[in-house]
Amino acid sequence: MTHFFDRPLVKKALPWLLVFLLGVSFSFFLFVLLTHDYHWSRVGKYWGNLVRGWGLTIGLSAVALLLSTLFAAILTAGQLSRLAPARWLSRCYVEVIRGTPLLVQIMIGSYMMANALGIDNKLGEGMVILSAFSAAYLSEIFRAGIESIPLSQRISAMAVGFTPTQTYRYVIIPQTIRRILPATAGQFANLVKDSSLLYVIGLPEFTSQAREVHSNSYAGFAVYLPLAIGYLILTIPISLWTRRMEERFRYEH
Amino acid sequence: MNIELHDISRVYGESRALHSLNLSIGESVRVLALIGPSGGGKSTLLRLLGGLEVPDTGEIRIGGKNLPKDEAGLLAHRRANGYVFQSFNLFPHLDASSNVALPLIKVHGRGESEARSLAQASLERFGLGAHARKFPAELSGGQQQRVALARAIVSKPKLLLLDEPTSALDPEMTSEVLEVVAELCRDGQEIILATHEMGFARAVADQIVFLDEGSISETGPPDQLFDRPTHEVVKRFLGKVMRW
Ligand SMILES: Nc1ncnc2c1ncn2[C@@H]1O[C@H](COP(=O)(O)OP(=O)(O)O)[C@@H](O)[C@H]1O
Ligand SMILES: [Mg+2]
Repeated sequence: MTHFFDRPLVKKALPWLLVFLLGVSFSFFLFVLLTHDYHWSRVGKYWGNLVRGWGLTIGLSAVALLLSTLFAAILTAGQLSRLAPARWLSRCYVEVIRGTPLLVQIMIGSYMMANALGIDNKLGEGMVILSAFSAAYLSEIFRAGIESIPLSQRISAMAVGFTPTQTYRYVIIPQTIRRILPATAGQFANLVKDSSLLYVIGLPEFTSQAREVHSNSYAGFAVYLPLAIGYLILTIPISLWTRRMEERFRYEH
Repeated sequence: MNIELHDISRVYGESRALHSLNLSIGESVRVLALIGPSGGGKSTLLRLLGGLEVPDTGEIRIGGKNLPKDEAGLLAHRRANGYVFQSFNLFPHLDASSNVALPLIKVHGRGESEARSLAQASLERFGLGAHARKFPAELSGGQQQRVALARAIVSKPKLLLLDEPTSALDPEMTSEVLEVVAELCRDGQEIILATHEMGFARAVADQIVFLDEGSISETGPPDQLFDRPTHEVVKRFLGKVMRW
């Protein structure tokens, strides 16, 4: 007896069923979006706040992106180090960060750590916490990428006379970058989206501004739709750029 | 080539890849072929001769000088010699030209344009002039091995070490690569070659070394070793591989 999903009729019908379900969901989504009675006029005088929040999200994410990449590079070096304590410390850090919610980290980082250090700079705290969070994920991507380069590449590099440093610089890292590009870009997009949680410490970034505009104006969807689109404008180019890079590197593995 | 092995051993965990090898190769030998069953120790011996690993015991003398055991000395030794493995020699993110030119620039201190033209000349010599801008994934296995050979000889190595350079290739590609190796032999390049191509070893080598279970069973000029082997293991091995 053939398996249910292997029967010819089921095999033919299944994809169409999926298309149908997706179509229905999508239509429903569009219907709600298009028929909603938007209160655009209520947003009126608050557009400036939204734009300022968006600008802060962009700036904050850009800095956190650089900072987290740098920090992730250090963590990766730690994880691949020959020194056992360096390995343990980086490993511990990665596990703790990945094992706890960002929201909890933001609160501990801002209310406990920053307080204890006598720091009161919400923007600075936000950027550091977000970078520290994203770095743990990035370093896992980096480490897995480096470890995925076959041993034969290191041996070939050694055979042509490269030093260990040259081997990393000209052989391992370039190949790793090509491999980890999609996952890294995905993590960068996550970082942009995750920055929205910083509203809890009162940082006036995009989401925080949108919440405030809504509570002043009761504009509802008229604020939240631009909010969603504002994030898409930042994340979609990242995804398009990755695809282009992947295409370019197709032959170069 | 003037090579002497004194009491060379190499152990990997439980397995003794080479034990107490003694061998003396005279100046008149330009091409040395290592043959014998898989696991016999050919690759291990090549790695030691190429400075990719150091022996656990013993000394290797090349040209009357002990092969260094410190990292700096090994690096210099690797830079002076060429190496081609069975497969996966090339850097997949670089085109053929860059694969050849990059070590010239970064290791041998050549300028970019000089390195490029040396690379082009080396590729053309092996019939790869038209493929210089292709990436390894766009080349056949035979072409990849020829690029690897072009890269290995472009820096004018003292010794060229080849570890079964055709074992991963089909017969047609095998002969196109062996053609290139034969040409290098004719040009006087000093070569140590591990191979399963008995006919080729016989044709190009000045001396054959038969390695089995980490020891040299027999060594001598090709005619003697192939026509009148004395060692039982060698007789059996040759009987098996030459039967078809
Ligand atoms: N890196 C290694 N780790 C463990 N064992 C190895 C390693 N390299 C070689 N050996 C062992 O050493 C012996 C000799 O291997 P090798 O030099 O590769 O022989 P050949 O090239 O003649 O086939 C084999 O038993 C092999 O399993
Ligand atoms: Mg071998």
